[in-house]
Amino acid sequence: MLIKPVLKVEGYSKHFHLHEQNKVIPSSHDVNLEVFAGQLTALIGPTGSGKSSVLNGIFRTYLPSNGRILYATEDGHTIDLALADEHRILELRRNEIAFVTQFLRFLPRQATEDVVAQPLCRQGVEHGQALERAHQMLAALNIPERLWSVSPATFSGGEKQRVNLARGLISKPRLLLLDEPTASLDSKTTDLVVERIEALKNEGTAILAIFHHPELVERMADHVVQLSVPKPVKHECEQIMENV
Amino acid sequence: MRKILEVEGLSKVYGSGCPECFRLTGPDMDTNICPRCGSVVAAHDLTFDLFEGEILGIIGESGSGKSTAVKCLYFDQPPSSGRALFHDQGEQHDLFQINRAKQRQLANHRFGMVYQNPHLGLNFGISAGGNIAERLLMSGARHYSDIRLRARTLLERTEVLGERMDELPKNFSGGMQQRVQIAKALAIEPPLLFLDEITTGLDLSVQAAILDLILEIQQELNTSMIVVTHDLGVIRLLAGRTMVMKYGRIIESGLTDQILEDPQHAYTQRLVASSL
Repeated sequence: MLIKPVLKVEGYSKHFHLHEQNKVIPSSHDVNLEVFAGQLTALIGPTGSGKSSVLNGIFRTYLPSNGRILYATEDGHTIDLALADEHRILELRRNEIAFVTQFLRFLPRQATEDVVAQPLCRQGVEHGQALERAHQMLAALNIPERLWSVSPATFSGGEKQRVNLARGLISKPRLLLLDEPTASLDSKTTDLVVERIEALKNEGTAILAIFHHPELVERMADHVVQLSVPKPVKHECEQIMENV
Repeated sequence: MRKILEVEGLSKVYGSGCPECFRLTGPDMDTNICPRCGSVVAAHDLTFDLFEGEILGIIGESGSGKSTAVKCLYFDQPPSSGRALFHDQGEQHDLFQINRAKQRQLANHRFGMVYQNPHLGLNFGISAGGNIAERLLMSGARHYSDIRLRARTLLERTEVLGERMDELPKNFSGGMQQRVQIAKALAIEPPLLFLDEITTGLDLSVQAAILDLILEIQQELNTSMIVVTHDLGVIRLLAGRTMVMKYGRIIESGLTDQILEDPQHAYTQRLVASSL
């Protein structure tokens, strides 16, 4: 039987139109990929090949310029994330799709345990229970207990990254997008992260990831998608002429 | 998720107005003053919706019409045209068609408003507790000790010391006045809350505390909110979706992170690029 992918990206392109400078900056060009339940697809390619741009397009932080991003929802529908209604995207972000970026965003004064528990609270999990799971996750990622009640504002880069991961993994999403989740971690801590990601994979999460270290791709990826740097986009007026 | 508010084609013109007003104003014309008749087009053709428990941001510079939008919805000003449907407890209210009494009833019982200027939202002639009591009385509370207890709880919830509830708002700092205003707006636990530049002009630490409070309340009561601000940071922290306004028009709308990371309109790009 043919297994249906959780995510299928067809011909995704993204370019930025900077009005002020009247420039078009190409970011990704004609990206095609599939991500399956319980498997990890790794995006590889040189700097500037638009790896992060693909993840941002899937999460709709970027508006895709072209292509289809077909996502099979939990309730069995297929929707194009590039076109889906904003409320639908917010709902999917709350319940099905998680994105661990390279930057940890949190509210001022918010305790680390609350930062991590937040996705569960948004899903309606009772606060005490959400905190308990946040503690388990923080412990699994080796964040010392004395830091749990403190805001992550003063944390080191590696600690922030793990807090960000903890928040992304805690809700056991159906689709997980990872943007260099281990970039600033030592090898021992990286192993802990790999362990958590593997655990999630075994529970059926479909993962699309960018790894800083090639050996992690080797170690974790079931599929590899190679991207190349897109060619410069023609100047706007040429572009328009072409479209006419 | 349920829709709580649907706004369609909301416009507000100050002045006599003429048939050319809308054509001769807007972002493309670089003005909101009609060159023909001198009327100010504060808002034109605003169409948007709001879901239950959702926070919608409206961002734009002074004079972009962002406050006008919420002031019309809160009945502070009548719109020139447009329609707004408020869905509440199985009923549907056509906000600009219902009579004045019904509008007042909705504003008192189902809506809350927090203004940038506490003088607009608070009665400075009576105590902080009195302000909250006033709102509770308007929505039908009668028992003195119940009202007093509720006022104290609300003030403490917004981090205003209960011991100070009998003081006049003028004795309070700006941040505290703002928290009293929030407590007053929340007193009746309205399903729909309008926040108009509520952190503008406050110390950063006070700003953070107030934003914290707003989010906590939103999670606790599932209140739908429209947040008007010129501060991108406030939008990033609070709003799931954002509309960008300029010269009375919505020039762009989308998921907040998309508006901030991948703005489409030249004006939004400039706005994001120039934020600190």
